[in-house]
Amino acid sequence: MQSSAEMITPVGSETLVKIRNLHYARGDRVIFDGVDLDIPRGKLTAIMGPSGTGKTTLLSLIGGQLAPDRGSIEVDGQQVQELGRTALYRLRRRMGMLFQSGALLTDLTVFDNVAFPLREHTDLPESMVRDLVLMKLQAVGLRGARDLQPSELSGGMARRVALARAIALDPMMIMYDEPFTGQDPISMGALVQLIRLLNDALGLTSIVVSHDVQETAAIADYIYVISGGKVIGQGTPDTLAKTDSARVQQFMQGLPDGPVPFHYPAPDYTEDLLDA
Amino acid sequence: MKQTKTMELMVGMLIAAGIAALFVLAMKVSNLGTFSAANSYTLTARFENIGGLKVRSPVTAGGVLVGRVSSIDYDNKRYEAVVAIGMDKAYDRFPDDTVASIYTAGLLGEQYIALDPGGSEEFLTDGSVIEFTAPALVLEKLIGKFLLNSAEKGSGP
Amino acid sequence: MALSRSITLRRIIRKTCWMLELIRGLGRSGFGFFETLGRFNLFLLKILVGIPAVLVRPRLLIAQLFSVGVLSLPIIVVSGVFVGMVLALQGYNTLVDFGAEESLGVVVALSIVRELGPVVTGLLFAGRAGSALTAEIGLMKATEQLAGMEMMAVDPIHRVIAPRFLAGFISMPLLAAMFSAVGIYGGYFVGVGLLGVDEGAYWSQMQSKVDLYNDVFNGVIKSVVFGFVATWIAVFEGYDTVPTSEGVGRSTTRSVVYAAFAVLGLDFVLTALMFGD
Repeated sequence: MQSSAEMITPVGSETLVKIRNLHYARGDRVIFDGVDLDIPRGKLTAIMGPSGTGKTTLLSLIGGQLAPDRGSIEVDGQQVQELGRTALYRLRRRMGMLFQSGALLTDLTVFDNVAFPLREHTDLPESMVRDLVLMKLQAVGLRGARDLQPSELSGGMARRVALARAIALDPMMIMYDEPFTGQDPISMGALVQLIRLLNDALGLTSIVVSHDVQETAAIADYIYVISGGKVIGQGTPDTLAKTDSARVQQFMQGLPDGPVPFHYPAPDYTEDLLDA
Repeated sequence: MKQTKTMELMVGMLIAAGIAALFVLAMKVSNLGTFSAANSYTLTARFENIGGLKVRSPVTAGGVLVGRVSSIDYDNKRYEAVVAIGMDKAYDRFPDDTVASIYTAGLLGEQYIALDPGGSEEFLTDGSVIEFTAPALVLEKLIGKFLLNSAEKGSGP
Repeated sequence: MALSRSITLRRIIRKTCWMLELIRGLGRSGFGFFETLGRFNLFLLKILVGIPAVLVRPRLLIAQLFSVGVLSLPIIVVSGVFVGMVLALQGYNTLVDFGAEESLGVVVALSIVRELGPVVTGLLFAGRAGSALTAEIGLMKATEQLAGMEMMAVDPIHRVIAPRFLAGFISMPLLAAMFSAVGIYGGYFVGVGLLGVDEGAYWSQMQSKVDLYNDVFNGVIKSVVFGFVATWIAVFEGYDTVPTSEGVGRSTTRSVVYAAFAVLGLDFVLTALMFGD
């Protein structure tokens, strides 16, 4: 077991997001049971874990869409759960979030989708909006698709447009919710590269939530593994691959049975069969 | 851009059509077009019994609508119903011996006031009182009278 | 032996438990009902707060007036014509027995202006525009568009819900007025054109019996109330939907059913208030 000092001070310099003793339950189901996380500025941090461990919920908590039951979430020195509406919205302008589905507005074209945050939050003249949108679309390689409707895009393209939209206001950080799920190898490769590239080129802080071990491990600077409402392992991809924790190993290598059992909890098999 | 223009045009037409429809309902369907309160003068008439007369019941002369009942009160000193009538300004030459009677339109229809002009040289003006009135005929009273009459005839010679 | 006894014991427990479950379920659904009711009303408050923001950006409102109002127009107008025609036909057959076919205009106009105009328009509006609103907003929620907006620091209630609500609120009285006007002309076409009622009698009887305030104005008030409530229900059901394709389908059905109940129930209440002396 690592010492607690090591637990909360990962590699890198300044921390952008600091989560302490996070408790969150939905109804009777406990999702987070004392989670401590640090997201360093300018790095690409991955949060991994099996499905249903509330990784997406964690992003909603950081974005202030949900409030924790207990504990604190600090983003850029501000306590998210204590912010008023105006302050929260001001903070959110500096955060980008990439949803699993892309969450493009279906009644707007690709161009208007990327222009949406600019038009909502700035009074820039239309010519400047156009330049900015085309720059962002160029960065994700979809400048030629500007007049398409979201329904005409493939899943990977939709995510890239959403990414262009997320960086439209030049945020300080971007949160990616399962960016690799359901992608063909080519668009997967494109996304993996794009996430790393944007992180380094724009000096962003990135949080990637994913359960795709290979792709995430390839680009992450630091990885947290969450399971059962707790952080069960953390480290750089290399150290995590060599960890001796059985649960982390099971997840990282994708073993069907192990500390996480194959069977859902059930009464005794023989008794269950006889009990008509 | 062209699409937006079409959309704006259609919405504009929707709103115009809606307001036009409201206008039709007000002018063509309702009584607003036929008679407006602003353009009227008031007469008063006292009746012993008004039957089923109501506020806004029609007031006619020779079958033509010339006004409407504007209010109904009861004078509990003289034990009479006091009916105020809003008359159309266009018909302001009723003699002061005009008779106001309450009739029923058809057998079961609603009741209205009919004005029968007399022969006086003086005309009714705003605020005048119609002196001569005939009360509403109440069906039960009529039947009662009729039965009484026939009973008297039967018990006679 | 021990095994079979433990099994019977479990069966007995299971049988007695269902009553407890029932009570618990009732309690839970009761709380659920009040919770939803509270959310429903708070939601309206949030919309109303967002309305000034819409008025500053009329472009959003115009787009919604188009999809809520203009697109509902065909069904409203066609239904209006047919309702008026049927009323004239039915009314004529009854009135002619009493020799009162001159009153056809009154019958048609009063039934449409007071009742059928606002109510049928309300029901059609809930079915055409309300269901579309619920499905659209529900789908936006299911595809994370609303959450995405929130994360872009844009309040979806201001940007998405309020323009739609306002558009429904404005459209409905206009549509109801058109339904009524068109219905009266439908009755005119059948009564005067086909059945030979005197044209002058049709209009003059109508004009002498239909009161601007008591009939026309009250009918308009009804349509305003129905439009308000039907749109409110539609946007709420969409916003409150369970974000799955099944959930959106269910919300859409619920939106139409609840709006229809609300329109009919409120019609009774409003009629009692307005026309009951």
